[in-house]
Amino acid sequence: MATNVNSEIKKVLLLGSGALKIGEAGEFDYSGSQALKAMKEEGISTVLINPNIATVQTSDGFADKIYFLPVTPYFVEKVIAREKPDGILLAFGGQTALNCGVELYRSGVLEKYGVKVLGTPVQAIMDTEDRELFVKKLDEIDIKTIKSEAVSSVPDALEAANRLGFPVIVRAAYALGGLGSGFCDNEQELIALTEKALSFSPQVLVEKSLKGWKEVEYEVVRDRFDNCITVCNMENFDPLGIHTGESIVVAPSQTLTNEDYHYLRKLAIKIIRHIGIVGECNVQYAFDPQSMDYRVIEVNARLSRSSALASKATGYPLAFVAAKLGLGYGLFDLKNSVTKETSAFFEPALDYIVCKIPRWDLGKFHGVRREIGSSMKSVGEVMAIGRTFEEVIQKGLRMIGQGMHGFTGNKEIAVEDIDKALAEPTDKRIFVIASALEKGYSVDKIHELTKIDRWFLYRLQNIVTTSHLLQDFNSLEDLPADLLRLAKEQGFSDFQVARSIFKSEMKNNAEKYNLKVREYRKGLGIVPVVKQIDTLAAEYPAQTNYLYLTYNGSENDITYLHDHRSIVVLGSGAYRIGSSVEFDWCSVNALLTVKKEGWRSVMINYNPETVSTDYDMCDRLYFDELTFERVMDILDMETPHGVILSVGGQIPNNLATRLDERGVNILGTTAKSIDNAEDRNKFSAMLDRLGIDQPRWRELTSFEDINKFIDEVGFPVLVRPSYVLSGAAMNVCSNPDELERFLRLAANVSKQHPVVVSEFIQNAKEIEMDAVAQNGEIKVYAISEHIEYAGVHSGDATIQFPPQKLYVETMRRIKKVSSQIAKALNISGPFNIQFLAKNNDIKVIECNLRASRSFPFVSKVLKINFIDIATKVMLGIPVEKPHKNAFDLDYVGIKASQFSFSRLQGADPVLGVDMSSTGEVGCIGVDTSEALLKAMMSVGLRIPKKGILLSTGSAKQKADMLDAAHQLHNKGYRIYATTGTHQFLNDNGIPAVKVYWPSQADMQPQALQMLHDKEIDLVVNVPKNLTPTELGNGHKIRRAAIDLNIPLLTNARLASAFINAFCTLPLDDIEIKPWDEY
Amino acid sequence: MQNTKRATLILEDGTRFEGKSFGYEASTAGEVVFNTAMTGYPESLTDPSYEGQILVTTYPLLGNYGVPPKREKDDVSEYYESDHIHARAIIAQDYSFDHSHWQADRSLAQWLQEEKIPGIYGIDTRALTKHLREKGSMLGKIIVEGCDDVEFYDPNKENLVAKVSTDKVHEFGSGDKTVVLVDCGVKHNIIRCLVRRGVKVVLVPWDYDFNTIPYDGLFISNGPGNPDMAEKTVENIRKAMTTGKPICGICMGNQLLSKAAGAKTYKLKYGHRSHNQPVRKVGTDNCFVTSQNHGYAVDSTTLPQEWEPMFVNMNDGTNEGIRHKTKPYFSAQFHPEASSGPKDTEFIFDDFIKLL
Repeated sequence: MATNVNSEIKKVLLLGSGALKIGEAGEFDYSGSQALKAMKEEGISTVLINPNIATVQTSDGFADKIYFLPVTPYFVEKVIAREKPDGILLAFGGQTALNCGVELYRSGVLEKYGVKVLGTPVQAIMDTEDRELFVKKLDEIDIKTIKSEAVSSVPDALEAANRLGFPVIVRAAYALGGLGSGFCDNEQELIALTEKALSFSPQVLVEKSLKGWKEVEYEVVRDRFDNCITVCNMENFDPLGIHTGESIVVAPSQTLTNEDYHYLRKLAIKIIRHIGIVGECNVQYAFDPQSMDYRVIEVNARLSRSSALASKATGYPLAFVAAKLGLGYGLFDLKNSVTKETSAFFEPALDYIVCKIPRWDLGKFHGVRREIGSSMKSVGEVMAIGRTFEEVIQKGLRMIGQGMHGFTGNKEIAVEDIDKALAEPTDKRIFVIASALEKGYSVDKIHELTKIDRWFLYRLQNIVTTSHLLQDFNSLEDLPADLLRLAKEQGFSDFQVARSIFKSEMKNNAEKYNLKVREYRKGLGIVPVVKQIDTLAAEYPAQTNYLYLTYNGSENDITYLHDHRSIVVLGSGAYRIGSSVEFDWCSVNALLTVKKEGWRSVMINYNPETVSTDYDMCDRLYFDELTFERVMDILDMETPHGVILSVGGQIPNNLATRLDERGVNILGTTAKSIDNAEDRNKFSAMLDRLGIDQPRWRELTSFEDINKFIDEVGFPVLVRPSYVLSGAAMNVCSNPDELERFLRLAANVSKQHPVVVSEFIQNAKEIEMDAVAQNGEIKVYAISEHIEYAGVHSGDATIQFPPQKLYVETMRRIKKVSSQIAKALNISGPFNIQFLAKNNDIKVIECNLRASRSFPFVSKVLKINFIDIATKVMLGIPVEKPHKNAFDLDYVGIKASQFSFSRLQGADPVLGVDMSSTGEVGCIGVDTSEALLKAMMSVGLRIPKKGILLSTGSAKQKADMLDAAHQLHNKGYRIYATTGTHQFLNDNGIPAVKVYWPSQADMQPQALQMLHDKEIDLVVNVPKNLTPTELGNGHKIRRAAIDLNIPLLTNARLASAFINAFCTLPLDDIEIKPWDEY
Repeated sequence: MQNTKRATLILEDGTRFEGKSFGYEASTAGEVVFNTAMTGYPESLTDPSYEGQILVTTYPLLGNYGVPPKREKDDVSEYYESDHIHARAIIAQDYSFDHSHWQADRSLAQWLQEEKIPGIYGIDTRALTKHLREKGSMLGKIIVEGCDDVEFYDPNKENLVAKVSTDKVHEFGSGDKTVVLVDCGVKHNIIRCLVRRGVKVVLVPWDYDFNTIPYDGLFISNGPGNPDMAEKTVENIRKAMTTGKPICGICMGNQLLSKAAGAKTYKLKYGHRSHNQPVRKVGTDNCFVTSQNHGYAVDSTTLPQEWEPMFVNMNDGTNEGIRHKTKPYFSAQFHPEASSGPKDTEFIFDDFIKLL
């Protein structure tokens, strides 16, 4: 009885979300991939626009046509004109796609080309996005919203706030994940925040704050027949006031009664019907902890981070179903994709609890505020599944991968004032609660300070109580089995147990005691069981392969065949700075090849924002930890043929030696070789043996030794402390003062904590070698060059492939050295080497025997799938070298980085040796300029129309930028320059308006004022040296540019390349061409 | 660590599950059934349809929000579905010894102790549920450490409807129209739902011949056990059908109305007990998520000519309601009064009231 769907839809355009950024990350790769899959199933041809080249959705086989172009109205219109799609999907690419779609609708482009919006109508989207319309719409059905007033100026905001009464919350309309929003306790704070928010959005909302209320979300689905379901509800551990993206979240809700739950559920359905969503939306509530009073916070008329989480939490494929509903299906037409028998019109019943925990990387930034609040700062998240709250929170805290072992048993964090730290939460809040409980704070007291529901706190207290009980014992033999079992049921790791029992002995040989606990508990039969996620709490039989492990159970859901036909692929864990969607692409491609080659593909990963954790992607998915303990638990049950740990980034790679010691069959390059490349001393000795050059370095333990070494190599030097007090882990120091300051403030030098000091070579090119070798012989490779000189982290650099400006001799030497290294380490699998090149001298900086960040980029530009080849190699299948012509490209790929500084209040947006970008794009063009322009516009840069502010650093950098300055002048741009730069430009015959630094406060015009006045629409601010300072002039200018949403470039080489590109290539000349036509 | 006694669940096929006691410390027996709802333990425990049953919650955490006060509002329980716990015991994976909710005035453990009902946690309820799903609902007993053994007890051999029904006639609410509500084990929310719609409700015992009193509409409540035991109610319904006055039924009411119409009922392998049963209104595109709690079902194929199925279960195709083709008689197998569960089908009450 299938419904007649819209058969006129033969070709659909899907808008992606672009580069990963804070507030908009990998979840949209997942939702977009699902939507594409749904279209494919219907035989509809698909066109995808997404410049994020590292995503799974932009891979072969997902969409029929892929455009690596910016998701902006200009480019999307061009693609529409070329492709003439019948329909467009706006709900699967986050706020970026939604905003772009609304603009295309408003400007009449969709109508002009006859493109039908599938799913939720645009009017409904606008009703939810525009705050005023939204409140009006919900008023019509007597649904309470947060009382807010829309204003468009600072004085109006003040008036509104005084009317509502402080504290108030300020939000920018049409903004991603709370961008530019925050709480204000007084007028001063309000003025500062409103000004900033108005720079992002013409409309700002001032609302009464409901700090301390519960925050609850519902994921709601509706078909065009008005059938509605709520797939999942979720409750924030952190009360209102902390952005849901910054909150620990559990599903289902834990502290709501049946009446509460269904009251809010009913309202959610009433809302979705009234707004007229077709597909999926989420409804966020503030809920009074003392009554059934509520406010609707917002409705997202699109797939969201929460919907991705809900899909993973329940096994209900929201994006897939939403896409089908967009085509006109009814929910009753679709099947539950887990049971394959029962209807998709149902609400999942969970027989487990999930807990999402955000991952922050604030330590990577200079000057950033650590407080968490109404604006999102986290860069990734994890989801833990278990059968008690204690179990999931402890699992989750290990998964976030910041050196924590769970809720207890961690290195104690230094908290000066616990009360304050509880009341004003930072990224460390959960560990502050642990400290408070350890210090004897009562649940009531913590509740009073944090407003976190007591239920969660009681549960956390249970963990602390158990850890105290464990500490009463000093040997495993004395430890009662019941207590050990209880600890495991509460999510304690073997390490936590070992630390409680063996105490200070642990320091000497943690691994030994760890294994002792493991063996002991296995002897007692205390082992986890594997359970399925089947959407119906075991009510119906399900052939589901979606699994997790728990100690709260006595029976496995899976019968293992022990046929050694499984290949386990270890995933990448939480997205973080330095490891994100690119490793998901690698993982997914490894799984696909494993399956294609006739093995059972098994995935272990715990990141809900990924495609690799879509249970459709493999034969078995363990949504669980990537710790040694848990991986071993799974391998014990799964008894696979082997394990692939070289496609998920550093987390799985780090397990190599320990797994090898337990006799695990690591496929590909051996653990010993991995160790030889990872261990700085061993690797260095090997290079010396091979006669390969490297920057001079030494591991040192005292100031005297450091100074002696610097006398030898000279400044600047790269300093890497092994123990970090605060701030970033690495720094370049240009003079003794900087060195002294960095070592005293940020690092600790001692015998226990040595510092690695390396010679830093200035104005050197950085070159990447990505390759796959088999038995020590390179099979495929890609050499790419950085546009910036060395000193910008390779994850932040703009990368060009194939290289356009390398000497043939340099290329030859790089190939030779790479072959030598591949042979010496007998590499079988993926690897990456980073080189420095100056003239034709090359030096090796580092070598990783795993897939690198740039694998998807080079694979897609070259159209040779490196992971497919690497996986075959690891499976022992002989691989042929591709024909030499395959490396001869008549186009260029540029990979550019996406930064999220606008979300990181106070952070200095300057690039250095530590990575700070949150995402990347990769675009293809006929030459560098075209590819660069596409790429830079994809990461949010705009071609300036008015004026450009130049302050271009040192004399050398000023000279480097002279050509670019000429080009700007010739193009008729008005140039503003700070004193030194102004002088330099003048001397070289380029007219410029002199503006003054913030420190020259009495002089006019002020650079900052010009930024505020929107006279400037591009800022090039190049710091003189590589040491970031928090309070300097440069910092203020850079920060102002970010806060006022003015494009900013801080690297002379990149700025020159970008300026050259937009001065020589008119926008209209950019070619609109899909990937397959290059 | 909680100081708890061991408690063992023994099923009639000999399967044993070891757990820990958190409720009243006594042994008990009944029919073991599972419910996949994630909320609503106070409502479920006081639902008379659970009479004689041991309730297994598949959702692993239990007791989080405590228990609301036991008090009446407008002559019915304010928060419960009857005035006491009907289930014989409750079994979960994990019990929350600390609770938190503004409405709670005690913990679930305290309540169970007051009402002398055992509770066990620490049992793999997913494994237990899979066992019941594969083997069907079965009898079981709970033996608490240090307490006497008990015999297995099969509630379906008893007339449970008679056991839980009121023995007197009660009146609730006021209005121009009078609805006779036959108490086969009525959930208080059915009374609340009717009264809220401005009618006078006359609650009568299951075997009361309501044909002797004046009324405008007849409503047959939910109730526990085997519908074959309530033959007297069926006879009274048959008599009422001669008057042509509107009749509506819920759950047991659906089964009794079907029987009165001439159809047959049968026992499901393991029943429907959850908040997420999808139901489609026959002949339409309208689907509803419903709350359910029943072990017996109507065999749609045995419905006489003048009757037809009104709702059907979208998962297993079982009957979810019937209606007369011409007369104002209809009923639902699911629970439009919810409590616990989704409230999407409350319109059934409106439809009934409109007919009066």
